[in-house]
Amino acid sequence: MSKELIRLVNCSMAFDGELVLDNMNLYFNDSEFLTLLGPSGCGKTTTLRIIGGFITPTSGEVLFDGVRMNDIPPHLRQVNTVFQRYALFPHLNVFENVAFGLRIGRTEEKEVNGKKKKVKVRIPQDEIRQRVLEMLEVVSLKGFENRRITELSGGQQQRVAIARALVNRPKVLLLDEPLGALDLRLRKDMQSELKRIQQQMGITFIYVTHDQEEALAMSDTIVVMDQGKIQQIGTPEDIYNEPKNAFVADFIGESNILDGIMHEDYVVEFFNRKFKCLDKGFAPMEPVDVVIRPEDIDIVPMEKGQLRGTVTSVTFKGVHYDTIVDFKGFKWLIQTTDYHPVGETIGIILNPDDIHIMHKSQYSGMFGDYSSYSEEYEEMDDVTMLDEEEEDGPREDGHEE
Amino acid sequence: MKNKRSLFAVPYIVWMAFLVVIPIIIMVVYAFTTGATDGSLGAFTLDNFTSMGSYTVVFTRSFKLALIATAVCLLIGYPISYMIAKEGPRFQRVAMVLIMLPMWINFLLRTYSWMSILENNGLLNQIFRSIGLIDLYNSIAIHFAADPSAYQPITYFQMMGTSGAVVLGMVYNYLPFMILPIYSVIVKLDHSLVEAAHDLGANNLCVFRKVIFPLSLPGVLSGITMVFVPSVSTFAISRLLGGGNQMLLGDLIELQFTGGAYNPHLGAAIAMVMMVIVVVCMWVMNHFGEGEEQAVML
Repeated sequence: MSKELIRLVNCSMAFDGELVLDNMNLYFNDSEFLTLLGPSGCGKTTTLRIIGGFITPTSGEVLFDGVRMNDIPPHLRQVNTVFQRYALFPHLNVFENVAFGLRIGRTEEKEVNGKKKKVKVRIPQDEIRQRVLEMLEVVSLKGFENRRITELSGGQQQRVAIARALVNRPKVLLLDEPLGALDLRLRKDMQSELKRIQQQMGITFIYVTHDQEEALAMSDTIVVMDQGKIQQIGTPEDIYNEPKNAFVADFIGESNILDGIMHEDYVVEFFNRKFKCLDKGFAPMEPVDVVIRPEDIDIVPMEKGQLRGTVTSVTFKGVHYDTIVDFKGFKWLIQTTDYHPVGETIGIILNPDDIHIMHKSQYSGMFGDYSSYSEEYEEMDDVTMLDEEEEDGPREDGHEE
Repeated sequence: MKNKRSLFAVPYIVWMAFLVVIPIIIMVVYAFTTGATDGSLGAFTLDNFTSMGSYTVVFTRSFKLALIATAVCLLIGYPISYMIAKEGPRFQRVAMVLIMLPMWINFLLRTYSWMSILENNGLLNQIFRSIGLIDLYNSIAIHFAADPSAYQPITYFQMMGTSGAVVLGMVYNYLPFMILPIYSVIVKLDHSLVEAAHDLGANNLCVFRKVIFPLSLPGVLSGITMVFVPSVSTFAISRLLGGGNQMLLGDLIELQFTGGAYNPHLGAAIAMVMMVIVVVCMWVMNHFGEGEEQAVML
């Protein structure tokens, strides 16, 4: 149904011998909202810059509608970019910033008297004016035409950057962490705004972010990346419910990840106990990673539980409690609306659809244990700060919704 | 806190008052008074200004040569600044040192060395002679001479004492003042703006015309100011390289204070007129610069 617009074939990118993008194969469909999601340094921005034409892949091909584009410079590509820090022209006002691309005009090959000639096509002033004003209305900046860029707030600058890119009617809009510099509230507003604009314009958005919540909220398709490789491609639901490996499970939402053994189809063993699950297709007795989402776990009185553990820490998060429970030395995160004090021994019940089984991967054993719970959260905040290189509003890492 | 800090400004204010404001006041007073032999202030007069008419040639020559020198500096300096700013940080450091290096040598010494290059028997003429350029000129010129039999072959090109030599001296001495401000503006330019312009369909030329050049205008304006002002008031360059044929305002003023035509009141009046013209020029240009920005915005 949907048409393929861009395809990356075996794309690799190395800077000074360091591989940033490792043999990437990915295609982008018409009118889809696709998010490249991953921690900083995972190659997501590199991917975007390859599509935008700012860098040429070390090897591999970039195809637009099946045509090789590797060496086509950015100004001849039918994609536009919304830059991380907007990159608005400070010497131009809002109107002129948005009109920038329209004023340039395109060179088109036309047949004049049987000869092919390159003709510079300029857009008439009236049309420029009309299109700019239309676009400013789309991004809710009507009446701001004559403002200087420096007179705008971060969110307004963001909208100008989007309008400036969209007014050229690109087939694909590239967005490089466009909401990174906005505060939390504004970011939420802009998320739904972006989604609305994408649907209204009916074009492809390729969105780069390290914020999993943002990705889940907006995307049709999420591509999770790490270390220059695609870890998983899928809808937000797929990615969340059926993570392919421990990295994805940990990066998207919170996960308890345990070592298990798959006895047969639908039966997995961990903590010396067999559980029913919904997964199949594993080799008999294959070692696996078991993912259990904190919000799927039901706490019951200890005598009724399949497993027993002791509460070691409780944090109130507004909607729910983050309860850390020690099961034989392995600490789980459980999110419930019930309060259980520290020291209480509780039981838990796992339903078959609460358990998700993954093949072992290079990430096995790296994530999913909440023994160092608080430190891990601080680390995550640090990463965010470094990533954005500026002070950020309070983040809400602690809950899912 | 605030009072303590403003205390640090006192030496500067004293400095400004004694060495800038008071001398200007003295200059203005001199310009509007007649000479008095006993050292007291003379009577109010406008004669100093009315008698200036005979020096119109010097005024126009000064401004003409300074304008040419500034334009040449801009034409040479902008591309150099642009290219340096595009290179790596190592190259930039080395290039900056090379540009600053001549300024560590005494100004007069530098200008004297240009004399020995441009002289009739100087380095350049020797080179021209050895590569046969002067013979070539003679063999061509003889055909165009009204009376070929009376044609006197030249043995050197006259370079000293020409306005070209003066402009060369100005450009050589003041070029760094053009390069530095332009370079520092371009090097600070956000590269993502260039990328954004490319992304919006602009080719290299268009990016330069619509983004890089307008954003480097502040550097260009201060470069123009920093070259034009010393060029219009210089006297050493015109004295040494102009050989007395190219008298500029600076020479004229100096003559009134030290030369045989001793008349500090006229000198002060000329200096004042020059200052006013320069200030007006700068003001108009800065205004024009802003207007430019506004025009781009519309």
